[in-house]
Amino acid sequence: MSQVPDKLPDFRNLGVIARILIVVNVAAAVAAAVKATTFGQLTDAFLDIALVLEPVLIASLALLWAASPWLAKRPYWIGLALVAVGVMWITAAVVHLREAVDTEPLGIIRAGSFALLVTAFLAGYFHLRNRAFSPALAEARLQALQARIRPHFLFNTLNAVLSLVRKDPKRAEHALEDLADLYRIVMADANNLTTLAQELDLVRQYLNLEQLRLGDRLAVDWKVDEAPRDALVPPLLLQPLVENAVYHGVEPGVGPGKIEIAVRRDKDRVHVKLTNPYHPDYQHRQGNRMALANIRERLQLHFDVEAELASGVKGANYEIDIVMPYRKAKPDAAPAERAAA
Amino acid sequence: MSAAAPLRIFLVDDEEPARERMKEVLGDLAAELPNVVVGEAANGQEGLERLPERTVDVALVDIHMPQMNGIEFARHLATLAQPPAIVFVTAHDQYAIEAFELNALDYLLKPVRAQRLAAALAKARASGAVRRESLERAAAAAGQGARRFLSVSERGRIHLVPVAEIVYLKAELKYVTIHTAGRQYLLEEALSALEQEFGELFVRVHRSCLVARSRVRGFERVVDEDGEGAGWAVVLDGAAEKLPVSRRQWPVVKALAGG
Repeated sequence: MSQVPDKLPDFRNLGVIARILIVVNVAAAVAAAVKATTFGQLTDAFLDIALVLEPVLIASLALLWAASPWLAKRPYWIGLALVAVGVMWITAAVVHLREAVDTEPLGIIRAGSFALLVTAFLAGYFHLRNRAFSPALAEARLQALQARIRPHFLFNTLNAVLSLVRKDPKRAEHALEDLADLYRIVMADANNLTTLAQELDLVRQYLNLEQLRLGDRLAVDWKVDEAPRDALVPPLLLQPLVENAVYHGVEPGVGPGKIEIAVRRDKDRVHVKLTNPYHPDYQHRQGNRMALANIRERLQLHFDVEAELASGVKGANYEIDIVMPYRKAKPDAAPAERAAA
Repeated sequence: MSAAAPLRIFLVDDEEPARERMKEVLGDLAAELPNVVVGEAANGQEGLERLPERTVDVALVDIHMPQMNGIEFARHLATLAQPPAIVFVTAHDQYAIEAFELNALDYLLKPVRAQRLAAALAKARASGAVRRESLERAAAAAGQGARRFLSVSERGRIHLVPVAEIVYLKAELKYVTIHTAGRQYLLEEALSALEQEFGELFVRVHRSCLVARSRVRGFERVVDEDGEGAGWAVVLDGAAEKLPVSRRQWPVVKALAGG
């Protein structure tokens, strides 16, 4: 648990930017309140501070946005020192510019110490947040979840494969290969992002195995022609949801049950929609809610406020909608990962 | 039964490959333990429909099945005059397994080994049918919830009455009569146990009567049973007669009138 790597936040993430904006402005308001005695003075004091603070804030955010990928490659303490130096430099520049036009400028000492204090506070805040949402904790929770939902599928599948061994040894061989691939990924380190193409392959292998035991009862409608195959997604994003769809949507039905998997890209967003038949009498709601909570948490961990997960009953179906930012994998990363896996 | 007569086996499992596998293993055992599969079904309801006329010795029953699960199937089977022995088969169902062990019910884990199956069949042949109370306790312990059907024996066959079609249940001397909109059935169960199992769907209006909450249309004032003063009677959808509400139950039942 103590092995959480210290790292700077992703300065291109909307959630991170929003948090910085809020914290800095609240700090300015508090500083103004300390100076003021009446409400009128408070507004004046805040405006005085804002004249210097807002340009510094916007310029700093722009600089951090531009430097974010480069900063992320530096060691944590060096990155942090560079951020502090950058912010101080911008503060000094803005104060200098104000001095040219302002009769009563905000001194460099006051502005500088304020900037340093707020930067230190934000660094501490993001540091703690990183700890709280540590991938190690999330991974522990994920593994507990998987241990809970796996056995039903594993033993039924092994039983189905056994039924093939004598009659159709070739199919039995393929099924065991699919099972091995599936478990290799399930047991792998779940912290790094994978590509959408790999996640969809995993879902396909999983559904092949389910088809083996469920036969005609399972129908799958793939709508993935427009899927951005190089999009980065948390590993095991879709497979647990599809497993739920089979368990709650197909297995309780006597006739064929259809699962629809639709993935498309809309500018810089990736939309995933999963639909399965809804059987109100057969809901093991707790299992389903655990899987959803787990995936929502991992989406938040990787994409912060930029990802959304919505679920609900629509008519005779249960639907899950996921929207997440489109982050491209480096062209060489995916094949290398696959070779390693 | 003579030792030479093959064991008559009935298979219930919703997965076709699982039934195929079970037949393979039974085939492997045939030399050691003569057996014949006399029928198979893909869920509990189909199982009750397809149950052969002639006696079945052992039913091998999967638990997790659509429409009617294995435990409910076994409970209905137990109402037969000569019910078969039951061996449950499951891939992984922690609650059910704990419930079976507590109530001394036999079960097999998938994938099933031939030797383990042979032992279970031999034991089932020796001990015969499972006691109905053990099944009921196991069903309650496994968190299976209420049954979806009540079963009544009619000329050696099991007739299923969907719980959703029942208008009211009335306790007679030894039986409970089930009243649906169309007809009546005799049920060998206790009204108090039914009230416990179906409390969400039925409400007691009288010492001897449970009515479906969804069927309550209204209440009418009537002369009391004992002729002393006036009481209330409940009017139901799908029943011609009005059923008296006892004074004791009136405060509970009254609340339904508003809704």
